[in-house]
This record gives sequence, C-alpha cells and structure tokens, in this order.
Amino acid sequence: MQLLKKIGIGATALALSISTPVLSATDLTMYYPVAVGGALTKIVDGIVADFEKDNPDVNVNAIYAGNYNDARVKALAALQSGDPAQLSVMFSIDVHELLDLDAIVPFDDVVSTDEEKTWLGSFYPALMENGKVGDKTYGIPFQRSTIVMYYNKDMFRAAGLDPEKPPTSWEELAEIGAALTKKNASGQVDQWGAMIPSTGYPYWMFGALTKQKGQVLMNQAGNETYFDNPKVVEALNFWRDLGTKHAVMPEGTIEWGTLRQNFLEQKTAIMWHSTGNLTAVKKNATFDFGVAMLPAGTELGSPTGGGNFYIFKAASAEEQQAALKLVRFMTSPEQAARWSIETGYMGVSPAAYDTDALAEYVKTFPPAAIARNQLQHATAELSTHQAGRVRKLLDDAIQSVLSGQSTAEEALSSAQKQADRILKRYR
Amino acid sequence: MNNTTRQIQAWLLLLPALCLLAAFTHYPVIRTVWRSFAGSGVRMSDTLHLDNYRYLLEDEVLLQVLSNSFWYAAITVPVSIALAIAMALWVNTKLRGVGLLRLAYFTPTLLPMISVANIWLFFYSTEIGLLNNILGYFGADAVNWLGDPDISLYSLMAMTIWKEAGFFMIFYLAALQTISPDLYHAAALENASRWTIFKRITFPLLMPTTLFVLVNAILNAFKLVDHLFILTKGGPNNSSNLLLYYIFENAFSFFDTAYASALTVLLLIILVFLALLQFGVLEKRVHYR
Repeated sequence: MQLLKKIGIGATALALSISTPVLSATDLTMYYPVAVGGALTKIVDGIVADFEKDNPDVNVNAIYAGNYNDARVKALAALQSGDPAQLSVMFSIDVHELLDLDAIVPFDDVVSTDEEKTWLGSFYPALMENGKVGDKTYGIPFQRSTIVMYYNKDMFRAAGLDPEKPPTSWEELAEIGAALTKKNASGQVDQWGAMIPSTGYPYWMFGALTKQKGQVLMNQAGNETYFDNPKVVEALNFWRDLGTKHAVMPEGTIEWGTLRQNFLEQKTAIMWHSTGNLTAVKKNATFDFGVAMLPAGTELGSPTGGGNFYIFKAASAEEQQAALKLVRFMTSPEQAARWSIETGYMGVSPAAYDTDALAEYVKTFPPAAIARNQLQHATAELSTHQAGRVRKLLDDAIQSVLSGQSTAEEALSSAQKQADRILKRYR
Repeated sequence: MNNTTRQIQAWLLLLPALCLLAAFTHYPVIRTVWRSFAGSGVRMSDTLHLDNYRYLLEDEVLLQVLSNSFWYAAITVPVSIALAIAMALWVNTKLRGVGLLRLAYFTPTLLPMISVANIWLFFYSTEIGLLNNILGYFGADAVNWLGDPDISLYSLMAMTIWKEAGFFMIFYLAALQTISPDLYHAAALENASRWTIFKRITFPLLMPTTLFVLVNAILNAFKLVDHLFILTKGGPNNSSNLLLYYIFENAFSFFDTAYASALTVLLLIILVFLALLQFGVLEKRVHYR
C-alpha cells in the first residue's frame, strides 16, 4: 500500500513536470557550411553565443556541416528523418531545388511587423537575386561574396609595373600577366602571371567571365540556360587562351583547394578567388598584396556567391519566429560588420558599412570594400532547377575545353542540349 | 534435447545477426531496387517505370565512368598484389631492422583515406607539389597530375596502390610464415633455383591468400572513393570519375536518388558477377591444405 502510494505521488509529480509549460525555451537547430577554410566555425559560435545571451528563451544548436554540398545533404537528411533543423545556411543557389522539395518557406510569410518588413528590404539588391523566386524572398544573405582579384604588389614592382594599376580589362590581364610570368634558365615557369581556379566551382568563375561579356548564364526562373550563346563561347575561349595563347596561366585545370597556397607561396602573381579568403590572405601573406575588381571584357562583372539563410517549412510557427529572430540578429549591421571583418565576406547591407567598426576597418584596409563596390556590376550565380546536374554539365564543358579535349563551341552546345533536356519539364 | 528445441535454439542464436543483416543490408537493397523502378528524382512516382534504366543506357558519362572503373580495378588490383607479394618476401627474410621495414610498409594502411588524399594533394599540386619539385630539380617539365584528363586517373591509381599494397602485404606475410621450412629444405636438396622455388612452392601455397586478397582488392577498387572527394572530384571532365562516386554525385549533388538507385543496382550486378567469377572459376585452382 505504502509502495503504491509512493508510486502514485511519483507519477503525479512526473505528469505535472511534463505538462507544466515551464517558460519553455525554443530549441533551434541550424546547419551551416564553410567553403573557404579558416577558423570560421569559431566566429559563428561566437555570434550565436551572443545571440543566446540576448535571448535566453532560445537555444541554438549551430552545427558546422562541411562544404555547401554537405550542409545541404545534412539539413535535408535531418528533415527527412523527422528530427529536422528549423533553419540553415545553405548555398544561395539551392533555392529552386529546395522549393521543388517543398522544404522552405518564404520570409514574406514569416515577417509580420513593419519593422520586420523593412528589415527584409534592407539588403543589397544584388545579394537578393539568388534568394528571390517569383516575388517571394526565400533566402536572406549571410556569408556572401563576389569574386575578386588578388594580386602580389611586390611582384608588380619587380616586373617594373605600377603596383597601384592592376589589370582592368581582358587585354591588360593578358599583357600584364605576360610581364609577370617568369621562366627559369631551363625554360620552366617559376612564376605564373595569373590563375583562375577551374575545379571546385568552375561554373562560378565562368559566370564572371560571361558577365564581363554582358551575358548571363540563366533566367531568373531557373528553367533556361544560355550556355551556347556566342558571348558565352567567347568567354570560354578567352579563359582557355590565357593558358594556351597568352601562356600566363598553367594549361589544364587549376585546383581550387590549393590556389590560395599558390598565391601565398608566390607561385602566381594574380589569383581570382572568393572575397571570403580575404582575411586569411591578409593574415598569411608575407608580401605586399592588393585586391581589385575583376577586369572588364566589354563591361565589369562578377557573380555573387555564398550562403543564404533558409527557414524550413517543417518548423512550427513558434520556431519560425525564433528562427527569424536569429536570422535578424546574425544579419544585423553590427554582426554583419563583425562577420565581414573577421572573414572577408561582405557586409550584407549598406547599414553594415555605416557601422563604426566596419567603416573604420575599410578606411585602414581598403581591400575590404572591393567586393561591396563590385556589387553594382554583379549578377546572380548560376541557379536552376536540378541545379547540381545542370551545374555539372557546365563544369564538365569548361574542364574539357581547358584541358584541350574539345572546342568551346562543341562542349558548350552539347552542355546546352543536355541542360535543355533536363529543364524542359520546368517550363 | 530434442531436435525441435535444438532448431529453435540455433535460430535464436542467429537472430541478432539476422536482424542486423536484414535491417542494414537486405532491406536497403530491396528499397534500392524498388526505388530504381518506382522513383523519379527524390520523389516516388505513382507507377513502376523504366525511365531510370532507360537513362542508364543513354548516359554518356556513365560509359566513361564504367571504363574508368574497369581500368582502375584492372591496374590497381594486380599491381598492388604483385607489390604486396614482393614486399612480403622481402620483409620475411631475417634482416636487421626488419620490424621497422614492416612498419614502414604498413604505415600507409594505418592512415585514413581522407588524410592520405590530403597529403597526396600536396604531392600532386602543380606549382608547390613535391613531385613537380623533384621533376624540376632534374630539369623536366611540370606535370599537371590531377588537372590533365590523360593523367588524373593514373595519379589516383598510384596513390591507391601505395595505400593498398601494405595492407595486402600483411596477409601474405602471415601466409608465408605458415609455409613449412621442410619444403624449402627439400627444394634446396634438389638444387632448385629461387625462381623455381617461388613458382612451385611459395606461390601455389599462397593461392588461398591470393584469392582472399583478390576478392578484397576488387571490392575495394569499387568501394573506396574517399580520395576522389579531396583530389579530383571525378574531374577534369569525368576523366577520373568512378562508379561509386558517380552514384554519390547523383544521389547527393543532383538529388536524383532514383537514378542513383538504378546505378546502385548496376554496381550490385557487377559485384555479384565478379564474385561468382572469382569463386566459381578461381577457387577450383586454389590449393587448400
């Protein structure tokens, strides 16, 4: 009897403790990728910790999930397993596929107050291009970049060039590159003029070259590509010519992963790379370096790149509100400024560049503003339905041309045909 | 104990292993086959169809991937086995410091594939890489080990052989030490040459090990693709893409799990065929004691 009573009391207590809505904290799980290396995870953890300090009712579990591909796989696997994340940073160009999977909600449906609506309009428009489908905003810019040109000023001086005059056009890139390419006594190249990486994200680098010819690679709806456009062919020919005709760049493909090291070890005088590398280059360069906008073909241009915040449909209304709070915190001018200073990624809103911290930083370190200045010439990154497959078609075409397996016309028209076949059913 | 209880007991003892096998092997296989007929993209369609298999026939990349996988297995397997035997014979002799030598040969096996690939990435790197620095020292032109479509697959093979040979050496070493010295003494009496001894005694007695190693090596040739993630991502232009990596790409980069399932079925058929071939044909020629 005694025992039964005890059990009874225990059970009641247990039931009470379960049903009482203690000031229940909202748990958020967020996956995020890092694509450029460096101690970026620590910076994210720091920002998240600050958020939790201000918002004790929200617990954030921020999980570093590898590169963009891994992050998407992990977030979607979590969604399918029924233990979903509520928000994630994923590739800005995943938007069409995430929509096809019916995984995300538009931010327009999550914001309610006027203040929140104003916030939604506070970002650089160029950074919103990849996040918008139709009239709705699905992605909020976070770790965003453009491609910039890093160059070794010491090498410019050694070659008798003006270190404040990096190449501003394709012709100059070829000329200056030639002046910077050095061979040793036995005829091997010791120092290359320029390197544009062609593994990892070749289509992204190529997006810059085509934009510089005034041509985009796809439409906003993501169901048409323009791979066989004559200007696109011309852009690819120029890329190949840098290796074969002008010989300022190694022939064949150039590894994305080791390029920064090549630049830091002074094997190349110029590299095109994500602005997300800026802080790492700044910390590790043993020489005087500069950063400039990419040179112009018929015009200036670079695609934007990087990761956006998405909020998942599977999250409850309450969780979505908490997620919104977190996203607003992480993209607030102060945090965006801090993130930009510590990584080199862009401050995502004009207000971020008005903060004392970033304004001061830009003044003492002007390269930090290059990516932002380039935004007015930027275009969206290649993003379509079935993006992975379509991207791979273009990547393969680029690599086959750079490694001399086929001509630009052949490779690109074949890629276009296959892309048409894939995208037909989305039109 | 009568027969029925013995039967029940036996099945009960098998049950835990069976559950695991069913959950993690048989059920996924059945799901995969099902998905290859009923899936389209990441979703399931309402009817069974052959679209995924039709695409299998049209897919030009797949042709290249299959040919890559074939050459990858056809070269890495025999070479690493030959090297393993040579190394095993070498470290089986009584030498000073042979323990260190064995350790040296075995080290590549101890390292995870991902770290190995990261090390080799810097061997192969065009400008700052070790290999090109050595070539440059002798005045030879730099080679784009991973970026040249004619070379990239061979670069991967070299690394695989380096990693695998040490592992197989251990098995051969163990097998060598079980061969009775009497046989060698008898051969010495007959004044047999070293080659004859190897051909008539050592190699035949190693055959069971060779079969075991062969099965493992071929499986590994299809199964181990970790290094592709680091070194080439299958590029340039699919020149170093292997079947399992292609399956991964389809499933997780392209989110086409249905087509990935069809590819997996293809891989399964290839592996079953190879296993039958090995056990059916080769086992007859293996000499077990």
